[in-house]
Amino acid sequence: MTNLTDLTLTGIRDGVAGGDFTATEVATAFNGAVAEAQEALNAFIVTTPEAALAAAAKVDADRAAGKPLGKLAGVPIGMKDLFATKGVQTTAASKILEGFKPEYESTVSQKLWDAGAGLLGKLNLDQFAMGSSNESSAYGKVTSPWRRPNDTAALAPGGSSGGSSAAVAARIVPAATGTDTGGSIRQPAAFTGISGIKPTYGRCSRWGIVAFASSLDQAGPMAHTVQDCAVMLEAMAGFDAKDATSLDMPVPNWEAALSGDLKGKKVGIPREYRIDGLNAEVAKSWDEGIAWLKDAGAEVVDISLPHSKYALATYYIIAPAEASSNLARYDGVRYGLRDLPDGANLQEMYAATRAAGFGDEVKRRILIGTYVLSAGFYDAYYTQAQKVRTLIARDFEEAFKQVDVILAPTAPTSAFALGEKTNPLDMYLGDVFSVPASLAGLPAMSVPAGLDSQGLPLGLQIIGRPFDEQGVLNAGLAIEQRAGFSAKPEKWW
Amino acid sequence: MSDYRIQGATGEWEVVIGLEVHAQVTSNAKLFSGSATAFGAEPNSQVSLIDAAMPGMLPVPNMECIRQAVRTGIAIGAQINKWSRFDRKNYFYADLPQGYQISQLYHPIVGEGEIEITLDEKNPETSKKVIGVERIHVEQDAGKLMHDQHPTMSYVDLNRSGVALMEIVSRPDMRSPAEAGAYLAKLRSILRYVGSCDGNMDQGSMRADVNVSVRRPGDEFGTRTETKNVNSVRFVMAVVESEAKRQVAVIEDGGKIVQETRLYDPDRNETRSMRSKEDAHDYRYFPDPDLLPLVLDDAFVEEARASLPELPDAKRARYEGALGLTAYAAGVLTAEVDTARWFEALLAATATAQNKPEGEVAKQASNWLLSEFFGALNKLGKDLASSPIDAEKAGQLLALVGNGTISGSIAKQVLEKMLETGDDAATIVEREGLKQTSDTGAIEAAVATIMANNADKVEQYKAGKEALFGFFVGQTMKAMAGKANPQIVNELVKKALA
Repeated sequence: MTNLTDLTLTGIRDGVAGGDFTATEVATAFNGAVAEAQEALNAFIVTTPEAALAAAAKVDADRAAGKPLGKLAGVPIGMKDLFATKGVQTTAASKILEGFKPEYESTVSQKLWDAGAGLLGKLNLDQFAMGSSNESSAYGKVTSPWRRPNDTAALAPGGSSGGSSAAVAARIVPAATGTDTGGSIRQPAAFTGISGIKPTYGRCSRWGIVAFASSLDQAGPMAHTVQDCAVMLEAMAGFDAKDATSLDMPVPNWEAALSGDLKGKKVGIPREYRIDGLNAEVAKSWDEGIAWLKDAGAEVVDISLPHSKYALATYYIIAPAEASSNLARYDGVRYGLRDLPDGANLQEMYAATRAAGFGDEVKRRILIGTYVLSAGFYDAYYTQAQKVRTLIARDFEEAFKQVDVILAPTAPTSAFALGEKTNPLDMYLGDVFSVPASLAGLPAMSVPAGLDSQGLPLGLQIIGRPFDEQGVLNAGLAIEQRAGFSAKPEKWW
Repeated sequence: MSDYRIQGATGEWEVVIGLEVHAQVTSNAKLFSGSATAFGAEPNSQVSLIDAAMPGMLPVPNMECIRQAVRTGIAIGAQINKWSRFDRKNYFYADLPQGYQISQLYHPIVGEGEIEITLDEKNPETSKKVIGVERIHVEQDAGKLMHDQHPTMSYVDLNRSGVALMEIVSRPDMRSPAEAGAYLAKLRSILRYVGSCDGNMDQGSMRADVNVSVRRPGDEFGTRTETKNVNSVRFVMAVVESEAKRQVAVIEDGGKIVQETRLYDPDRNETRSMRSKEDAHDYRYFPDPDLLPLVLDDAFVEEARASLPELPDAKRARYEGALGLTAYAAGVLTAEVDTARWFEALLAATATAQNKPEGEVAKQASNWLLSEFFGALNKLGKDLASSPIDAEKAGQLLALVGNGTISGSIAKQVLEKMLETGDDAATIVEREGLKQTSDTGAIEAAVATIMANNADKVEQYKAGKEALFGFFVGQTMKAMAGKANPQIVNELVKKALA
């Protein structure tokens, strides 16, 4: 019999629909894989095997009754613990929300359940999605299933969706949700040899997702293949009247229109991304990607995104500014952690609660954000950053007059070791290729391109026009077809 | 120009006043959530996940609240900004679940407008003044802390959390307590006409932050203080007066006014310092990233404009012009929308019952309402809202006077009975036999008896004491038990004395 946990999302969907195996068999297999890997990888904050089985039982019953099945019928998934799940602890990987069980279900997770998916558990992440290595979680670091050959050093799965990337790469979930604020889907996907797409800002409702930076946050799927991402994104996307920034547009049938044939398409190569000291293996992988896209029929065009060099600074002003305000609600008054020292007044309760509840990286960003919004600094930082953000978006607009998609590396390096990056600025620099698309609200995905000399995955990033997830997915598919990426982490757990 | 001055030890001081009025928008739901907004509900019974700022909750603008702000703006002749934006005002407090208030600092929905006030209703033409309104923006209200529920803890009621407020900011154009009071009363009147706020200051639906400074007449503006959350017209006037006097005393003592927030204590009629500018919050305003800019199209604004009723200034002009009422009567009748509505219903009923145009009966209706009916209600401790009879019934009463069925003095008796029993005027007149008589024979007989019994007064009258005419009329009416047609009585008395 097929090893069910090696199947792709689409493979599971088709197998369940075709009666090759039952949804319950799939859920059982993945529940087992999750339990087996939990101690070693720490990918989950909570696991919900019963929920996965219950969803599977419903799918099996529906199929037996001849009822139509949803897009994801029989597919158990992992849910980044940033999505509110009714009755299931939702923490954003922070102590401040420990024990918090929402009375509501996020729009995106609800859509996934409606499509027939089941919940294997809530996946670990960087605390409040702030980080690129998953080391800022209050519930322990996630360890990547990947290792360097002959080396047992624990590697970072990327972040902030590091529980998601580790779990998919380890084949303990077939697919997972992620969220991407400045690269939090794409970078962990690249680090772990999987695919992930951040759609156009507004495609997926933010309702019920713990907010980090509202103008940047977007949910998206992380899975083994481009097709899996297309299918899962279809289930996640759609207008939501409860989110004022939601796009009121129909959701295309991306899966049906998938094509790796790029004849007539133009692919832009942004010269500013060829930064000084660019890692030679990353540069080589990028060149391979260019060759693959040419092979797929695309014309490759040299383009300029002149304000790219300001993107990181801009991002690290805007995102913390919004976060400093978004996280003000965690105050110990209504839910979550309350630290009330003897005789403390309200201000002292706030201070004690937030000091105890937030991790260092979260505090750092709240401080940065508070600073850049303060009287006297607002114009120099926040206003200026918004202007630069507009210029960055305009760079892309200009570029997309010439080209259909843009190809770039996802991250400047392959996965680093846990504990290797101690200076926060070094960590922030890892977002250099991913934040521009976030600032411009553009769809962008990472697909596996190959392994570097250390045997670790490298990803390539495709950035598309607003609303053109199809173009992004198709270019991703063209790379996937040519990269022939089949490497898997060797099971050591 | 106002000549209101504070007499200080060193000379005269002029007061400069600006008001920031928070008016709760009349709507069924809050500004960014679907929760109800009724006053007086059980604590925390009108709270959605959004109002409680649960993780991942998002605001979505309630366009009815936006529409009400636009209607209000149009009503004060203000510029409507078709592009506006919401900003977050960040601060921590237990009644503010999000940790920020969604407001509009940089791009308010309504720009410059104005409100005309009348300081002396008896001399409206010479006592008018225009007060500038700088802006109106919409924002969320906060919840409420309850300190009296537990010995050591405070409770939080989030029913008001997220309720839509309009903040209506005046120019510093007022110069006396009377002007400030008139402005607030006029603003409240306009809001009630528009229907965008119920204006119930005692329920907190409307409250004013009073900015006061003093200066030597004609000097530059002085440093101002802001007295928060003043909740009646009377208190606003009292705040202006007491705060201006306090400031004059401080300055004349060689002190300086510090820019600060103050609170009013109505029991002691004084303001006291709440916090100074030095420890003021840094609110870290920035555009709310959960909300797109608010863009209104022409159709939205035009619908808002078309939906406005006749407003007090226009109504007043019409009452004076088309209806021929005195400026005073027009002013009183239009000051509150409820009064104007009652008057207009009365006018319609009176005109219909007599089959006359409204213009012909307007004075009758106005005089009766202002002098008879208000007095009668007052005696019962009631007002128009709690009146035992409606305008329709009152109009029928006036018609009986108008067509000569009863006299004005009988009408007073009938009104009393109507207020007592709630019965129709015609029923009472019939039952009590109060119909006016035009029987000249009976009246002539009565006049003759009066003349005979008061021969001395007849002499005096004929000798030139014409004021006695009223005496004979009065005596005749008395003899007729008030039911004689007064015009006929007049004629017959005149004839008898000729």
